[in-house]
Amino acid sequence: MLASLAALAPDPTTAPFWDACRRRELRLQRCADCSTFRQPPSPGCPRCGSARSDWPLLSGRGTVFSYTIVHHAAVPPLAGDVPYNVVVVELDDAPGARLISNVLDAEPSDVTVGMRVEIAWDEVRPDVVLPRFRRAGRG
Amino acid sequence: MKDRACIVGVGTTRFAKRGELFDENPIDQVRTALDMALAEAGLSRRDVDGFATYSVEKLDPSTLAPALGIPAVNYSSMVHGGGGGGTCGAVANAAAAVIARQADVVMVYKFITQPPHARFGAAYGSAQVAADPLSDFHRPFGLISPAQFFSLLFRRHMHRYGTTPLHLAEVAVSTRRHAMRNPSALKRDPLTVAQHQSARMIADPFRLFDCCQETDGGAVILVTSAERARDLRQQPVYIMAGAMGGDSLWGQGLTSQNQPEDLYVSAGHAHMAKRLYAQAGITPDDVDVALLYDHFTGMVILQLEDYGFCERGEGGDFVASGAIRWPDGRLPVNTHGGNLSEVYLLGLTHVIEAVRQLRGESTAQVADAEIALVTAGPSNLPSSSMLLRR
Repeated sequence: MLASLAALAPDPTTAPFWDACRRRELRLQRCADCSTFRQPPSPGCPRCGSARSDWPLLSGRGTVFSYTIVHHAAVPPLAGDVPYNVVVVELDDAPGARLISNVLDAEPSDVTVGMRVEIAWDEVRPDVVLPRFRRAGRG
Repeated sequence: MKDRACIVGVGTTRFAKRGELFDENPIDQVRTALDMALAEAGLSRRDVDGFATYSVEKLDPSTLAPALGIPAVNYSSMVHGGGGGGTCGAVANAAAAVIARQADVVMVYKFITQPPHARFGAAYGSAQVAADPLSDFHRPFGLISPAQFFSLLFRRHMHRYGTTPLHLAEVAVSTRRHAMRNPSALKRDPLTVAQHQSARMIADPFRLFDCCQETDGGAVILVTSAERARDLRQQPVYIMAGAMGGDSLWGQGLTSQNQPEDLYVSAGHAHMAKRLYAQAGITPDDVDVALLYDHFTGMVILQLEDYGFCERGEGGDFVASGAIRWPDGRLPVNTHGGNLSEVYLLGLTHVIEAVRQLRGESTAQVADAEIALVTAGPSNLPSSSMLLRR
């Protein structure tokens, strides 16, 4: 899905996230001083200001915090993709951090706030693996 | 700042559909709006010595001052941010400049014309299609337009508080009713709840009439000191308070969707609301009319909560009670028709409507209006807002 948007441009701050994705590992940035997760990655902790961070491995399980169903293609290349869902996922083992993603293999009416999801790696190009999700407990 | 600077004149170009003014010379557009504002105030272009703008305005004093016959530039500033978040911040900058005597008369200005083929929403989306380290966390997942970003915040509000699409409809319908009284409004056809509810979906829960227009035009607002204002032609409108910024944990929350939940279900303005009321020494009950930036209907509801007109979570019930309708509502909102139905000039028309309300000139005049709240667009930091009085 959404193949026209798949290019990435990592920088030194965001590369650890995308490098982990290529290994099918979900790793989020965590402050090495106050242990607060933050996403997207950034050079400083918004809670304590520390520049030190680590990248713990996460389970990939989470809950849909919010979602939209996009019916209007904002740019012409997406005309063939609508309608599609966009979800904001809270991860079980990274409190306070949220990932923006999509739920694969779901009809628009399937997506709800509170829906349980698990990671579903999507290799859109050999060098680009995106963290999408599917409903938890299904193939 | 309280009451030490005034708005003494406002002017606009004609309002037009997106693309219609694209071929007109931008300097001519500024001259038209500026001269209207100057005529209101009884000032001439030679009196202007400061510039304040926002939203990456391309017209700067190096071209404007010579072309408009403005003899010298004593002040110039632009608020950060690319959307409509800086409107009130630009007015507050102008006020600070005249209070500090850096300048005597500052023109706050913003002009927006777009090529007929490139909508703001689409242009924003197109820019987002280019890979970039920050947008990598939303663009590949198809989250690229303002309607989509804001729909996510409102969806969580619906989930947490039971707000519904009928509440969105009330904002769209009441705003249209106000616009129908305003000869300058571009959208003046009647709009019913049924029409709102059956319009095509853009980004669920936002349908077509939940999203503002995209239009061409521009405006100028003249700010000078309270002392100078007393000698001018127009009844001055006093700037009671101005706020610019927000809670740092809001940050880039619109595009990153990562603000704490209590901020997530808001418009990100609660921090500024507290500062405004404290500066002005008033409470929400003292506000007679509110001009709330309405890029999307849902954000009007969230701002009503941020500014304390109702409790958090009660914005839906508040609008459903008829509270935001002129003339009988407890707090008429967007009496000019707003971005949704009048024109979308990145918020300056909300400032202009506040001025007209406080002069008694609105086409949906709130009886005896003394104090107006104006907000700029909820977006990534910084946004802004202000209180005006007659």
